[in-house]
Amino acid sequence: MELFDAFIVVFASGIRLGVPLILACLAGLWSERAGVVDIGLEGKMLAGAFAAAAAATFTGSAWAGLLAGVAATIVLSLIHGYASIDQRANQIVSGTAINLVADGMTALIGNAIWSQGGRTPQLPDTALFNPIELPFVSAIGQVPILGPVYQHLISGHDLVTYFAFLVVPLTYWALYSTRFGLRLRAVGENPAAVDTAGISVRGLRYGAVVICGVLVGLSGVYLSVAQAAYFQPHMSAGKGFIALAALVFAKWRPWPALGTCLLFGFLDAVAIRLQGVELPVIGPVPVQAIEALPYVLTVVLLAGFIGKAIPPRASGIPYVKER
Amino acid sequence: MSSPLKPLPAWADVALIPLVNVAAAFIISGFVVLAIGENPLEAVQILIAGALGDLEGLGFTLFYATSFIFTGLAVAICFHAGLFNIGVEGQAYIAGLGAALAALNLGFLPGYSLVVAAILAAALFGAAFAAIPGYLQAYRDSHIVITTIMFNYIASALMGYLLVDVLRVPGQMNAETPGFSQYAIVPQFHELLALLGVHWPVTPFNLSFLLALAAAVGVWLLIWRTRLGYEIRTVGANPTAAIYGGISPARVTMVTTLLSGALAGGMATNVILGQEHRLILEFTGGFGFVGIAVALMGRAHPVGIILAAILFGVLYQGGDELAFEKPKISRDMIVVIQGLVVLFAGALEHIFRRPVATLLARRTSQPPI
Repeated sequence: MELFDAFIVVFASGIRLGVPLILACLAGLWSERAGVVDIGLEGKMLAGAFAAAAAATFTGSAWAGLLAGVAATIVLSLIHGYASIDQRANQIVSGTAINLVADGMTALIGNAIWSQGGRTPQLPDTALFNPIELPFVSAIGQVPILGPVYQHLISGHDLVTYFAFLVVPLTYWALYSTRFGLRLRAVGENPAAVDTAGISVRGLRYGAVVICGVLVGLSGVYLSVAQAAYFQPHMSAGKGFIALAALVFAKWRPWPALGTCLLFGFLDAVAIRLQGVELPVIGPVPVQAIEALPYVLTVVLLAGFIGKAIPPRASGIPYVKER
Repeated sequence: MSSPLKPLPAWADVALIPLVNVAAAFIISGFVVLAIGENPLEAVQILIAGALGDLEGLGFTLFYATSFIFTGLAVAICFHAGLFNIGVEGQAYIAGLGAALAALNLGFLPGYSLVVAAILAAALFGAAFAAIPGYLQAYRDSHIVITTIMFNYIASALMGYLLVDVLRVPGQMNAETPGFSQYAIVPQFHELLALLGVHWPVTPFNLSFLLALAAAVGVWLLIWRTRLGYEIRTVGANPTAAIYGGISPARVTMVTTLLSGALAGGMATNVILGQEHRLILEFTGGFGFVGIAVALMGRAHPVGIILAAILFGVLYQGGDELAFEKPKISRDMIVVIQGLVVLFAGALEHIFRRPVATLLARRTSQPPI
């Protein structure tokens, strides 16, 4: 029973660590399915987190933070979109630029305003997205096995977390069951065909880029006004890139993306849990090995050892309308 | 749609457009400084004085520039083959491991052959770490951008483990190796000049700088004067045509990434063998990413890269001084500038082409009165 409780704790922490990955990964999915490769997720997550924390600090409202965070990432997404769609730039270069600008700018502005090395002041509970108790928690919590699962895994998360889990079916539905989704996927595979059908490639790609901005913005909001109660420079700590890895690992599909992000979040939780723990046979756990596992798994997948990850065919390629 | 553009004159293409792009990045940076409530002109003054105002500043500037020449060349050589190596950071990090292992374990080598061995080991480890993404790109069709990003994190985790749990001096708090012997060190210029009786303040500026210049010449010769360079450029320009011409893009990809990793190793030589004289955590400090900005700004040409590297050396050294005098303008400002340079010299490189072309056309063809 003690082991079971420990598992519940690690799973719950895995969910919390997985949420920013889920949102960022789906953001990347929208963008790349439309043919715009986005390695700027990391930077956008930071920008979203900073804008959210700053706005929540000034207004005392988590919702204002959310709006500011999402607005900031939409702006960055539009810059990336303009470079990728209209300027036909190398999308990797553009994404790198976004990462650098966001990384520097958030720390710079944070430091200039609050003079705490870029950290924003601690937010009061009233300016955060707090855990929500689902109904009957105390009653169901008494039931063995199912009780703790309901109490710790299903209940007790904040609004952004529940939204993240809602975005997965929404994305699935929108991509595979709506006309917009069909066109969007087509524009990532064969934009010329979409263009021939008289549909705007540019419009679809801008649409995808904005959706990407909204979702990755929420992942930043989650970091600074739900998970933590402040912004700190570089606080995304590579999560944007892990989300990118998860996207490849999930082969650009929504449900596998959810599974992969939860797996990577869980690995992270295990690594934290095992810090400094001595196991009977292995001795001290090399935590770095667990931390590197998402990247190693993704490379192994890319090498073609676990199936094959084939990106949308037109991703990364600017569309040139023939004159 | 708009009418197609007439080609620009060569001088505008090579010099004017890049200058306009970089100027745009700096002008926006100026506005950023203004927005946080400081005077940009004063900031530039402090920055330049700190970087070039005295010999000490100059020494640090050139020390930084040395790292940037190496990382810039590493990124640029891949650009020529149409590859984007984001993994220079990780490759340089692992190269540091090679340098340290050689310096600490090959002590039986006579005299300064030890440091030569360490430099070669750095290049070798850098190349070996680039080999896997290179191989996966060349033969397994997986994208080098994604794999090198993953490898940066793998390098970071691996080095963290090795330095904390394996290589650390027992009983020491800091995660670092023991110091190297005097023969495993790239001599610093102030020591050499002292031998000649010339006084130069103590800076980490070391002989790796000459190695970096030699590497730049080497890359120039390779790319524009050898058969391999021709193959690299052909694959970069058009892989299909390369195959038609009897060139194997897979082989070229492999060779190019190996060379790129070896060049990344030069940064480890400069920092680990030239400055720190021991292996420390996170010594790369994002300089691998500066290489991207340097390569784009220098338009992947060694001369451009040296100039861009010196400019970034000025920014890094001057930025330190600036952060000291104006605490509001922290070192993060330099990262912002770097990002803006990548944005304008890379992603938005054509944004000023039309206005410049229109302007030039107006000047050269005055309507008859």
